[in-house]
Amino acid sequence: MSPLLTLTDVRKSFGGVRALAGVDLELHRGSITALLGENGAGKSTLVKILSGVHQPDSGSIYLEGARTRVPTPVAARDLGIGVVHQECLVFDHLTVAENLFVNAHPGRLGLVDWKTLNTRAAAVLHELGADFGADTAVASLSIAQKHVVQIARALVNESRVLILDEPTASLSKRECAELFRIARQLRDQGCALLFITHRFEEIFELADRYAVFRDGASVGAGPLAETSRDELIRLMVGRPVEQLFPKQDSTPGETLLQVEGLGRAGEFEDVSFTLRRGEILGIYGLVGAGRSELAQVLFGAERAHTGHVTGHADIALVPEDRQGQGSILPFSIAANIALTNLAALAPRGWIRARQENELARQWMEKLSIKAQEPTQPVQSLSGGNQQKVVLAKWLARKPAVLILDEPTKGIDVGAKAAVHAVTSEFAAAGNGVILISSELPEVIAMSDRVLVMRRGRLRGEFTRVEATSENLLRAASDA
Amino acid sequence: MKPYRKWSETSRRDFHLAVLTLTLFLAVAAKFPAFAAPAHLAGLLDDTAILIMLALGQMLVILVRGIDLSMAANLALCGMLAALFNRAYPGAGVLPVLALALGAGTLLGALNGILVWKLKLPPIVVTLGTMSIFRGVIYLLSGGAWVNENEMTRDFVDFTRVQFLGLSVLSWFAVVFALASIFEMRHTRLARNLYAAGGNPEAAAYSGIDPGRMQFVAYVVAGAIAGLCGYLWVSRFAVAYTDIALGFELQVIAACLIGGVAIAGGAGSAVGVLLGCLFLGIIRSSLPLVGISAFWQMFINGVVIVVAVLLSARQRRHARSILEAR
Repeated sequence: MSPLLTLTDVRKSFGGVRALAGVDLELHRGSITALLGENGAGKSTLVKILSGVHQPDSGSIYLEGARTRVPTPVAARDLGIGVVHQECLVFDHLTVAENLFVNAHPGRLGLVDWKTLNTRAAAVLHELGADFGADTAVASLSIAQKHVVQIARALVNESRVLILDEPTASLSKRECAELFRIARQLRDQGCALLFITHRFEEIFELADRYAVFRDGASVGAGPLAETSRDELIRLMVGRPVEQLFPKQDSTPGETLLQVEGLGRAGEFEDVSFTLRRGEILGIYGLVGAGRSELAQVLFGAERAHTGHVTGHADIALVPEDRQGQGSILPFSIAANIALTNLAALAPRGWIRARQENELARQWMEKLSIKAQEPTQPVQSLSGGNQQKVVLAKWLARKPAVLILDEPTKGIDVGAKAAVHAVTSEFAAAGNGVILISSELPEVIAMSDRVLVMRRGRLRGEFTRVEATSENLLRAASDA
Repeated sequence: MKPYRKWSETSRRDFHLAVLTLTLFLAVAAKFPAFAAPAHLAGLLDDTAILIMLALGQMLVILVRGIDLSMAANLALCGMLAALFNRAYPGAGVLPVLALALGAGTLLGALNGILVWKLKLPPIVVTLGTMSIFRGVIYLLSGGAWVNENEMTRDFVDFTRVQFLGLSVLSWFAVVFALASIFEMRHTRLARNLYAAGGNPEAAAYSGIDPGRMQFVAYVVAGAIAGLCGYLWVSRFAVAYTDIALGFELQVIAACLIGGVAIAGGAGSAVGVLLGCLFLGIIRSSLPLVGISAFWQMFINGVVIVVAVLLSARQRRHARSILEAR
């Protein structure tokens, strides 16, 4: 039987960044296709194209063999493409019933026929076996139940294609089972489902076909029965590690940081490790594994609920969200760097512009920050140079421990290499680095030791020799 | 079949406010029986009528995450236009005046709406700006002079005062407006889309609703109401000048907040806003009776707003759960 939905050679770039470099995908009736790929492989872009939010630059979409376009979200709905968004796009203030019919309210003359609306909503929820009523306020539902609301919305719209974008990322085992029951039910009714997940056990439990993206391109697809977990992992990570990582050798010295049984309710628990002088400790995990939350607690921005940290108090954090948390965008480079060094720059309470600029100039040179003047606002710099300013701001304080949270996310290759070089140099000088990253090649090349986090807990510790892509990915994804 | 809706958060809040308003009313009436006399009640409604209409318009704007600080200035400008038109064409009657005020208000609202929708400017900045601009235009039009009652025609001034079934025409405007709003907010697709766009603009966009366009619609309606109220105000007080209704937008916003409209958007009801207005109206008209200076009214309004917001403050969002349950 021909596929229900076919994508051929779909390409999409944002500015100069290539998100999709030619992907193919086939979804079949009565079948669940698992879509795999590392973070940044292009899965989210594909979802946005299929839901009518983005338009592909080139390539074709066929529905039931006929070439089609998805110009708007409404068009996606009318074509029968439903999406369960990872971030739960529901209306908290409205009832479940109304959520299912937003902008598609039954009725005439612009009036809403509440009776029909509620009856139909109740029928769909009953069909799905939902454990909540149509008149419940959505705000009071759990995340799992909100996913069910999104599925019900797709059903109301008579979707034939249903995309589940990492629906299980924050669900418990029991909630996952419930979701899978519903997914199978839809499959048996003839829907074509696309299931995006990082968890291999779920793929083999639920899906019957697979497709793998890597760096924005399709690298494999077919029936799951003809492949294996190891083969899928190889497809996902099988790329040459670029020689971007000038790691300096170092011998770990005395303990800088001792973390014991650290936990924070709902976020992570029982995290213990040590960090030594001269060491780069990688923490690998998928997005949402609790790594950034751990970093916030180590830095002191959030309080730990259990456990404690002993050792050096002089900790700097380069946060993942460099524009929101790392820097003050409208401020100059000099003012941003001065911000963390006010005590040194202004012992009597006032800052002299000359010293501020001098400090900035030093660091601009050291990190080769591309800017005209220290007085230039940070928002005028490229992402890579912004990140260098954030690094400079903390390195100028001469901390003993540096926590880097996704330090090279979204920055160009040159800036990446510069960040890696500085990091490596900093560690070699007898300091400690905690490197949080979801980019495997980076973690593997830069770290002396790697901890793997999954769903709020440490799931493995690997030495530099043991830390292979396969090992890390397996530990990180329930495989 | 079950009743079609359980008591929602909003209905419960409306009920609490209704009880509170009624209690306040009964307390004042117990001490001063004249307060509950039909004639006084009609006067109370007449005093609150314009506040009610404006607040119902402001509610739409706040629902879609906007705010309209220019409402009172819009009212003043349209009121001045109405007065100048009446002076220039005394024989034209009231109907063209109504159309002029309504049309001008709609245009002013559309100006706000365009700036917010198409230029993506922050609503508070846009309407702070247009508020001053509208007042400035009144000065330019009138040269700073007043239009007094002796320059207005009889039908122009009397329009709001005509009594019908014991209530003034002005009061009837408010009553019809309130009933229409209550129906509209609950039963029209447009209003439901306003709720959706204000509650979660991203999800609304995925449902094919343009949140910016919804903001535009809200500003246009609010502007139309402000324009109409401009004439009603000038008719009722029989005078037009640059500073009429100066600062009144804050009372309007206060009535919305007391009425349970979420300043973050997405939640609120016409019933709540109506009760909020009545609540403020009762306080205002009872203060002189109780012997408290009217200057205390601002203070009391402020306390009521803070308490109302405190009570309705939604629970903080739960921390994102990463850990799986064992």
